Amino acid sequence: MTAPTGLDKPPADTKPARPPAGGALSYLTGQLSQVGLFIALIAIVVFFQITTDGITLKPINISNLIIQNSYILILAVGMVMVIIAGHIDLSVGSIVAFIGALAGVMITKWDLPWPLAVVLCLVAGGLVGAWQGYWIAYFGIPAFIVTLGGMLAFRGLAQIVLDNKQIAPFPDGFRDLGSGFLPTFGSSGYEPLTMIIGVLASLALVVSAFRQRRERRKYDLESEPLWWFVAKQAFAVALILLVTVQLASYDGTPIVLVVLGVLVVGYTAVMSRAVFGRHIYAIGGNLAAAELSGVKAKRVTFWLFVNMGVISALAGLVYTAGLNLANPSAGNGFELDAISAVFIGGAAVTGGIGTIPGAIIGGLIIGILNNGMSILGVGTEWQQLIKGLVLLAAVAFDFYNKRRRSGV
Amino acid sequence: MQDPVNSSPPHESSQAERRLQRSVEKNSILVMRDITKTFPGVNALQDVTMEVERGTVHAICGENGAGKSTLMKVLSGVYPHGTFDGTIELDGQPVQFKSINDSEAAGIVIIHQELALSPFLSIAENIYLGNEQAKRGWIDWNKTNLESAKLLKRVGLRDNPITKVTDIGVGKQQLVEIAKALSKEVKLLILDEPTAALNDDDSAHLLELIKQLREQGITSIIISHKLNEIEAIADRVTIIRDGKMIETLEMQSGDVSEERIIRGMVGRSLESRFPDHESQPGEELLRIEDWTVHHPIDRQRKVVDGASLSVKAGEIVGIAGLMGAGRTELAMSVFGHSYGSNISGRVYKRGVEVKTNTVPRAIAAGIAYATEDRKRYGLNLIDDIKRNISGSALGKLSRFGFVNDPEETTVANRFLKSMNIKAPAVTAKTGKLSGGNQQKVVLSKWMFADPDVLILDEPTRGIDVGAKYEIYTVINRLADEGKGIIVISSELPELLGICDRIYTLSEGHITADVPRSEATAEGLMQYMTKYREVDA
Repeated sequence: MTAPTGLDKPPADTKPARPPAGGALSYLTGQLSQVGLFIALIAIVVFFQITTDGITLKPINISNLIIQNSYILILAVGMVMVIIAGHIDLSVGSIVAFIGALAGVMITKWDLPWPLAVVLCLVAGGLVGAWQGYWIAYFGIPAFIVTLGGMLAFRGLAQIVLDNKQIAPFPDGFRDLGSGFLPTFGSSGYEPLTMIIGVLASLALVVSAFRQRRERRKYDLESEPLWWFVAKQAFAVALILLVTVQLASYDGTPIVLVVLGVLVVGYTAVMSRAVFGRHIYAIGGNLAAAELSGVKAKRVTFWLFVNMGVISALAGLVYTAGLNLANPSAGNGFELDAISAVFIGGAAVTGGIGTIPGAIIGGLIIGILNNGMSILGVGTEWQQLIKGLVLLAAVAFDFYNKRRRSGV
Repeated sequence: MQDPVNSSPPHESSQAERRLQRSVEKNSILVMRDITKTFPGVNALQDVTMEVERGTVHAICGENGAGKSTLMKVLSGVYPHGTFDGTIELDGQPVQFKSINDSEAAGIVIIHQELALSPFLSIAENIYLGNEQAKRGWIDWNKTNLESAKLLKRVGLRDNPITKVTDIGVGKQQLVEIAKALSKEVKLLILDEPTAALNDDDSAHLLELIKQLREQGITSIIISHKLNEIEAIADRVTIIRDGKMIETLEMQSGDVSEERIIRGMVGRSLESRFPDHESQPGEELLRIEDWTVHHPIDRQRKVVDGASLSVKAGEIVGIAGLMGAGRTELAMSVFGHSYGSNISGRVYKRGVEVKTNTVPRAIAAGIAYATEDRKRYGLNLIDDIKRNISGSALGKLSRFGFVNDPEETTVANRFLKSMNIKAPAVTAKTGKLSGGNQQKVVLSKWMFADPDVLILDEPTRGIDVGAKYEIYTVINRLADEGKGIIVISSELPELLGICDRIYTLSEGHITADVPRSEATAEGLMQYMTKYREVDA
């Protein structure tokens, strides 16, 4: 990369981005939609913390929360990409069941070593995605319809594969994928490996944020006031460390958290920096213009659904391992959770807009709702009602902010 | 500084009364005073004052982004009272519109550039949309159709009111909009670029209609770029530049000329509308032979028939033709078979035959195509400038599939400067830019892809005079760099001003290849209408 020279600076007559006049409060309200999500998350956590008499933030609960809701977050990562591209995938819940069924049969009936079964299942997920991707990308049937068909078909396949029975138990190694922890060291207090991971994660976040900021300042693109930037980083670090400490005082780092971490970091990089990610935003933002610019939209869409298939398979494996059960009726309604997570996280219905971190926060909100309501003993029917209202409220708030900002 | 009119001793009647008196004396139907409107970061209007006389045609002239549409939105209530500073007086009375309904109730109707008609509803339904001839919720269709027929007659349309709007041409749709305004008993009619999408015949008809309406006592405000039209029908012209009112000229006064108006709009005098350019044509870059394209749905119908053309390095070649002649279809079908079915013919690049049956292949063959409709086919409006600029050539900025963000920003900044794109930064969303600047982003995108041949489809449509000149300069520069440029345009003066050679296309056939020295508007028009069936 060439060293920056004076020639690379923006032209002198473009105004450098300045922090807006009007002081801190007005800046904050301007950022409302961005932080609104965080505020909602904090509010919900606080709410449940109070109403559950402090159980919510206990180490054991945080650990369980992560393990029990990891599948939503995994699915949300794949789903947000599909939605940004302007499509949707209704079949993910059924794929979860189908792949779980395959895992069950491979491991217990065919006696395959479980790592091999995991690989084969991921490949199977890719094939499922390729199947749907073909119809959507090359044949041209809208994704809604293809994946609706998939939802029905793969549910049926799951039942066929399992002969409508459940399979259990699974070997320990496999179960670790869903409910296991990284090896722990030390005997009491805070588990050191977990603490190290948490601190490293915080450092990585802060360092990357600083580098981004420095990069933007070099081109006079940065308009965020320093105090706000520092506040955001401090807040994020506090959050990470809180979770780290709680995990460290229980059983350590859940393996799914590592899986999730890798997924989030990897896919965020792809969406923000890779050509493939760029193309996804392009076809979602204006398909015709993207095609006329030379983007191979069909190919991008195809691989997008292959990707979703693999991610769904991963979610299926994690879920099955966590429950220690392959169930033909698993995954019921998972697609709705994943889609809700994506929209709560700020994606646009028409495509072209959305982020992975946003989807993760959306997923966390749903996860905490699930978790909190369970602790409180709220019946599932009420849980459905509340989740539906939260989705509406979150998106309405987002719309309201956008409208307010554009001055209409 | 003492206002000579206002300088009366303090014990005289109040300011407002004096103003009212002046208005009534001057027979003004509308006075907009000191209108100021700001958006975050942008001063759209600053202390704009404008007075419109009753029963006249008042034109508003200005570059894109000057503030003309904003001013009319303030007037019509789209920006309600309270969201701007300044006062509006209608018939001498101050008014405060909270919505379009308020302004319409006061007799002000605005017809936007993008017609607000519902395509699958009939003419009558559209005229009375929102204003239904109904009794207690049930529509009286007989009355609706009858009244519509009367209104259509007033605007000179003889179509049956139950015809679906989508089945009549743009020119007639424009007239339906005016009929709709008449149904609301309009006193002040505002037309935003009324002839932008119309051909010469329909434009003339519309302008005649506006004159007739003037005779009937209806005052019209016209926002227009087209100086010849303003000269033809306007009584007064207000020139707006950068949100400020520059001057208001009386068209009858004799010292108003196209030159003077342009100078007011642009802030400097333009020596000529087109930059000087001498071409040095070199080797043949692109040759299209025997190109035939059938309609995508009606596969028997030929949209392009045996067309052949070529362009050399350093040459600027134009394609002239009427609407529907097949120019865009020709370009889009060559560029990756993006239009049409059953396409045949050959494409040669530097004498070697190439396949351009997909867009990536066409780009690889060194062809670029800047679309006619930049918003629909040329840009991702949700995304920012730099991502739009890099869109066709991400390969140049990426390694192992990952885009080099700083390099992308550097490239975008370079274009921001060299193309004079007016935007706060390369991270500004393209949807927020004016038409001229959006077009510059599209051009930058293709320049970055570094093709050998650029096909530009209506490159200056909807762009103001100043920005047009800039784009012509860029086209000349590209030609000087040895590229071949094909310009498709509906404006004959434009083609005559910048092209070295002009092809004429009529009903899908290339009918002539005329060098600049021999080309005239009349001559070209003859070739363009060679195959056209004359309407009875």
